[in-house]
Amino acid sequence: MSVSTIWVLVEPTGTGITTTSKELLSEARRLGATVSAVSWGTHGDDVALAVATCGAERLFDLGDIGDVVPADVVAPSVAALVRGEAPDALLIPASNDGRDIAGRLSALLDVPVLTNVTGLRDGDDLVTEHPIFGGSQTVLARSRAGAPSLIVVRAKSFVVRDDATAVATRVAVTLETTTRVATIRDRHIEERSGPALEDAAVVVSGGRGLGDAASYGLVEELARLLGGAPGASRAIVDAGWVPYSHQVGQTGKTVKPDLYIACGISGATQHMVGMKGATNIVAINKDPDAAIFAISDFGVVGDVRTVLPALIAALRARS
Amino acid sequence: MNVVVCVKQIPDPTSPQSLDAEYHLNRSGKLILDEADTYGVEVALRLVEAAGVGEVSLVSMGDASDVTGIRSALALGAVRASIVSDVSLRGADALTTAKVLAAVIARETPDLIVCACESSDGYTGTLPVQLAQLLGLPAVTFATSVHVQGDQVVVHRQTEAGYDEVVADLPALVTVTAGVVEPRYATFKGIMAAKSRPITIVSVSDLGLDASRLDSRQDVLSIETSATRGAGEKYVDDGDGAARIVAFLEQIKVLAGSGS
Repeated sequence: MSVSTIWVLVEPTGTGITTTSKELLSEARRLGATVSAVSWGTHGDDVALAVATCGAERLFDLGDIGDVVPADVVAPSVAALVRGEAPDALLIPASNDGRDIAGRLSALLDVPVLTNVTGLRDGDDLVTEHPIFGGSQTVLARSRAGAPSLIVVRAKSFVVRDDATAVATRVAVTLETTTRVATIRDRHIEERSGPALEDAAVVVSGGRGLGDAASYGLVEELARLLGGAPGASRAIVDAGWVPYSHQVGQTGKTVKPDLYIACGISGATQHMVGMKGATNIVAINKDPDAAIFAISDFGVVGDVRTVLPALIAALRARS
Repeated sequence: MNVVVCVKQIPDPTSPQSLDAEYHLNRSGKLILDEADTYGVEVALRLVEAAGVGEVSLVSMGDASDVTGIRSALALGAVRASIVSDVSLRGADALTTAKVLAAVIARETPDLIVCACESSDGYTGTLPVQLAQLLGLPAVTFATSVHVQGDQVVVHRQTEAGYDEVVADLPALVTVTAGVVEPRYATFKGIMAAKSRPITIVSVSDLGLDASRLDSRQDVLSIETSATRGAGEKYVDDGDGAARIVAFLEQIKVLAGSGS
């Protein structure tokens, strides 16, 4: 074991911590390291409990950061801590805030960041796995900039193990800033019903093949009938048909449902990395050569605007 | 209102991609402007137009033997471009690239720096914030809307749950999503004008940077072919597509078998 101390950047949810944070803590523990968590927010007690069940021995708690965009205050504060404590590696969730924190830490500590990581191997050094070209190949890489290795890990890369019984020691950390900061003036939360996209057992996603924004209703209805969540390709999020929170893929959510139904999605690399871990993949697309068929267990070459209404009618008839 | 947009020429993502013997992305074919950058150029042009004064300039790093992609961004309305092109930068990691771009941008005094959230070839997505940190600037990432009010930039920033309205004092850096604006098309007049707009090619020593501090410090150890999931059954819809899907959902037990 060459890597003895691993820190995990843990993102608070308000009352607990994100699932990806739990995945990273669990993996750090599996690697046999001494695990510490770094987090912020107003619910330090809850965070301390959550990180302890995933094996963290310490929680460095930055406390309330107010309305500052997290990276602007978390990164300089963590950089100061890292200089004093010298962990071997810092694992960071590949969320919007996680990537920003990693970027600022990288510049502050003058070490590169290993991004889009989906696996870790312990050898003489910690080796990172990075899927490329839509996941058809995996790059094995390593930083040689010295400690700490900054590693940004994609969601759903590791299994959560939250059965540890120890208590995490909570260490209060002084906040630092090194630049002028950006401030959050207002937060807008979209209403959603049904299971969360990243946790749903069934995901039905729509793409350009739907033809227009109104046809996305077919995707939502099919998802509802199957007890699942509706998702989307980047193309239709960029086109403004559905909000970003629906996006599956490289820059959206990573999903691993039992069933993924891709409706009118061609299968761009950007999309496939976010859903290829599904147990079963069904694709409906007009183009018989669409890349999505290459990873589908069941494909229908046809127009989603005729196949989906028929499928919805068939499911309604059964219920 | 002077805006610098970071842009990148990349291999056409619709053509097959490969790695060379040194595990670098093969860039020997035709390079095009990363489509993700066209949104940043458009945002910058609109902000300058709204301000009524100022200009949009471009900075880039990479091979400058073919600058067609950069010219296509100039054709949209950017007035000049600087490209850092230096053989010592081949395979540079994101932090190294950020150091180089920071040195180029430091020669100007932009009010705002605009980047894509990530490039469409390397997609590390950390460069913009590394750049902001090196320049000591606030950064607002994943913008779906960007406006300037007085001496502040006001941004709608995508979040998992919706969006946040975020403000930062200028000068600042923003990264924009592809949904932020609909990029304009180059006009014939713009394309003609772009031919005479200056493109400055800069080397590492021109920037006064120490090349020994710019070596990439990430090693690719090897490449493995991932276990691929084979394609399964595929049917051409003959009016029975929906029924076939229902049968498949029964087979995988997402639906109970018919008659049960």
